[in-house]
Amino acid sequence: MADTTVTHTGQALARPAGLQGVAADWSSDQRAFKNVSWGKAMMWIFLLSDTFVFGCFLLSYMTARMSTRVPWPNPSEVFSLHIGGSDIPLILIAIMTFVLISSSGTMAMAVNFGYRHDRRKTAILMLLTAALGATFVGMQAFEWTKLITEGVRPWGNPWGAAQFGSSFFMITGFHGTHVTFGVIFLIIVARKVWRGDYETGRRGFFTSRRGRYEHVEIMGLYWHFVDLVWVFIFAFFYLW
Amino acid sequence: MAEATANGLGQHTLHGAQAHDAAATGIAPAEVHQEHPIRLYLVVWVWLFILSACSYLVDYVGLQGYLRWSLILIFMMLKAGLIVAVFMHMAWERLALTYAIILPPILVLVFVAMMVFESDYTLLTRTLFFGAEP
Repeated sequence: MADTTVTHTGQALARPAGLQGVAADWSSDQRAFKNVSWGKAMMWIFLLSDTFVFGCFLLSYMTARMSTRVPWPNPSEVFSLHIGGSDIPLILIAIMTFVLISSSGTMAMAVNFGYRHDRRKTAILMLLTAALGATFVGMQAFEWTKLITEGVRPWGNPWGAAQFGSSFFMITGFHGTHVTFGVIFLIIVARKVWRGDYETGRRGFFTSRRGRYEHVEIMGLYWHFVDLVWVFIFAFFYLW
Repeated sequence: MAEATANGLGQHTLHGAQAHDAAATGIAPAEVHQEHPIRLYLVVWVWLFILSACSYLVDYVGLQGYLRWSLILIFMMLKAGLIVAVFMHMAWERLALTYAIILPPILVLVFVAMMVFESDYTLLTRTLFFGAEP
């Protein structure tokens, strides 16, 4: 009984699909996620918990915005940039969106090349993803600096409801932190790929377990999640 | 062995033989890789660009009211769906995992409804006490 996650039936049972499959997979004291490794399942469950964190931030923002008597600052004007003699609304945010989407695209391709054992392409695409992520954080730092010099604080701003600043710094700050940690881990995994750790079975410095190319996919899940959160922030905070 | 036929959904899901796992436990756990043509990712990438451009245009053109809000929500859900389904490979996972991950966030909508009532009440009391806009 050393391995409690595997049901020993001697032979593979037929697995029903659809709703019956859901019930069958979850029931009778067996492993629920049949063809997903524990690493991937745990990353998904972590992302689920992170969804609730960002969900609560967006909810508190909604509550603040709906319950204030003071008009909300118009994000279209607040985040406009003065380029070439005219104000272009939200242009920096639009560029940040495209940068993050591009990084998601390169990450998806890195996962693909990882499973093909193409170490060079995988590592290059992951480093490109990290570079785009770092660019995103850089532009966010620029945006923060601009707003702070214009007088936005967590307790007030020149244009309207005081809760604007606290919502903005809380939501984008937490998201930016996620991107930053993503960049750090992308570089770590890219180095492992480049060195061939997943071919030679070299043990990890922290877990001292052997890795495999699935780590690239799990890293990708996190990165796509960061992009996913930005989709919601872009819609609810910047466009609404 | 374990040539990933276990994944009932997977025309795209190919070769997932975790040979060392199978050797260790003596039974094939049939974990599968997610491997799809690069072309698929490029197509989704292009669509994400188009949808982002559309949602940016909503603001640029200056649509207001329910048209603006519904368009924002539609583009947001399409983008989120593409990312989760294709980039995160949720479309090819078994329903047990999909439901475990997708259903709980949907229940947040109940929380949203509760906070909408709460905010309306707060706004009402503020308006009654302080008067209308300052």
